Amino acid sequence: MDLLQFARGPALTWAFAIFVFGMSWRLLGILLLKRRPDYSEPRHATSWPGAIKLIITRSWPRREFRPRTVFGLSVGYIFHFGLVIVVFGFAPHIMFFRSLTGLDWPNLPNAVIYISGAITIAALIIVLGRRLTNPVMRLLSNFDDYFSWFVTITPVVTGMLAVAHLGARYETLLAVHILSIALLLVWFPFGKLMHSALIFISRGTTGALFERKGASI
Amino acid sequence: MSTADIDSKHPLELDQPRFSVKNPEQRYDKQGDMPDAQRVETAMRHFVKDFGAVAATYMESCIHCGMCAEACHFYVATEDPKYTPIWKLEPFKQAYKREAGPFAAIYRALNLKKKVTVEQLEEWQELIYDSCTMCGRCTLICPMGIDIASLVGLARHGMNKAGLVPHELWAVAERAEREGSPLGATPKVFKDRCEWLADDNEVEIFVDKPQADVIAAMSSIEIMKYPDSIVATAKILNHLGLNWTFRTDGYEATNFGMLSGNSEWQKEMSLKLINATIAAGAKLLILPECGHAYGAMRWQGANVYGKPLPFRVLHISEFLAENTKSGALKTKPLGKTLTFHDPCQVSRRGGAVEAPRDVLDGLGAELIEMQDTKGVNWCCGGGGGVVTIHRADPLRYKAFQIKMKQVDDTGAELLVSSCSNCRQTFDDGQDHFHWDKTMLSLLELVADNLEDK
Repeated sequence: MDLLQFARGPALTWAFAIFVFGMSWRLLGILLLKRRPDYSEPRHATSWPGAIKLIITRSWPRREFRPRTVFGLSVGYIFHFGLVIVVFGFAPHIMFFRSLTGLDWPNLPNAVIYISGAITIAALIIVLGRRLTNPVMRLLSNFDDYFSWFVTITPVVTGMLAVAHLGARYETLLAVHILSIALLLVWFPFGKLMHSALIFISRGTTGALFERKGASI
Repeated sequence: MSTADIDSKHPLELDQPRFSVKNPEQRYDKQGDMPDAQRVETAMRHFVKDFGAVAATYMESCIHCGMCAEACHFYVATEDPKYTPIWKLEPFKQAYKREAGPFAAIYRALNLKKKVTVEQLEEWQELIYDSCTMCGRCTLICPMGIDIASLVGLARHGMNKAGLVPHELWAVAERAEREGSPLGATPKVFKDRCEWLADDNEVEIFVDKPQADVIAAMSSIEIMKYPDSIVATAKILNHLGLNWTFRTDGYEATNFGMLSGNSEWQKEMSLKLINATIAAGAKLLILPECGHAYGAMRWQGANVYGKPLPFRVLHISEFLAENTKSGALKTKPLGKTLTFHDPCQVSRRGGAVEAPRDVLDGLGAELIEMQDTKGVNWCCGGGGGVVTIHRADPLRYKAFQIKMKQVDDTGAELLVSSCSNCRQTFDDGQDHFHWDKTMLSLLELVADNLEDK
């Protein structure tokens, strides 16, 4: 078995299994905990609209917070969008998803993908620079923050190198790219990357609880 | 520490600009003589014990973006990163991951998260108590929607059990538990005050009527420092022709059990008010101008009681708003401009945002809103028991300057709020900065402008 076969075969399969098991374990570990009944008289009888509202509206800051948060949020949005474009818009990626799920969708032109990849890498470097220099973020940061950053940027960088045939044989570059994705999948459930699922649970929880009281959300 | 020790080491300072107890010398405080290891174990056990799905979700969700700092008055006033709201929970996050999270076994086996030490908890006492008013402004900015303020409340439970509460806050809470009021407003003092206030102001103040439709409660700050609020409450309830009373078996609405993190004391304090209301057969309990009293009874009262309360609970501003809108409360036009300071626990976290504005509208006042207002209002800096903690004064004054600027920028003639704890924080800030603005009470403003019948 050569490196590419290993990457495409056991590495990806095991990584995916750890990803699914880890995600389920962590989510169930939270969701199956007890919830206390609330006997207070609700201000609003139904609380789920608050959950929906907060899930949607917390995607951008309130007017009052904008001046102090606009930079960090913008850079964050740029690399998240960049990742979505690269992951779901690149023709070979779509072929891979089709082989897994049978689903198909039109791809974006390669030029768009390359530019998005470059912008994503630039944004992620800015994000790291900010984490290292902003006193608040530096204080809060731990291994999870830096390692999650590493496993996020690595597939983008290795993917860009692979399409550019830079640094090694294409097969080797592709194998490294797939292995970097395997690493991302393995780490995903254990660190902050889980926010992609938790964001809905956490926002929804607060939204529903606060709607019940009529508190500000 | 014995009762005599508390009273002699932390005497009440009733003549100061705000009520408190004597300033302790240490930077951090300990109660009892528990060994350090046991303190940590107790703090963590009681912190983790309170964990349900909600708190666990929050603990798992932080992405360390640091945005919460930008919403916190203590961070914005100092730019010191340690005041970042979520950082105030760091040892508790550490303990959660190690002891209670879904991957706790891995964290423990590989020692990925170290055991929390007593030194850490001592250091964090300042962050959990002195520099958090639990105002919840950070909750509004968090992109993950984490309610950080509620987590600080949980952390306080653990700290309380471990005897790691700032002495003044602990002493005040202990006094409240022992005497029925944190500031010496015992049932006898309260009854005497009501009697002389009734005589002085020629207003009927009902105390201990066996049956009534409405029970009114007061905060100790009002009883001891702003007794005009008692008169104002009586005037308004009499004006409305209601069958109402104060009860000496349940009159104190503040809940220092909750603020200091003592769940048992919180429950006992709440039950006094609940049982007194039930004993009178009342259908309505009116809470005074006190922020945390609203959270404690309106949103936590029924849960402390273990079933729905058999009466309605309203903040005085909600009660005034209902009666203003129904036309029952008739006031003379005020004809002045004013700005309103939203008390965090009533407005942002309690949901009674529009009530005071309806009352002010009824008063015919021109309301000039502050730039950040209603749910996003800046906290006065004195909530969550912070105003009680002397060593926090320099920090609190820094945060208060944000508030002063907000108020000054409106150019309004009057400054009004509906929380006596905010009011004493404003009074203290006014005194400290020689500021020309005096905080007024919404309740007293209404009572002073009642239409003659």
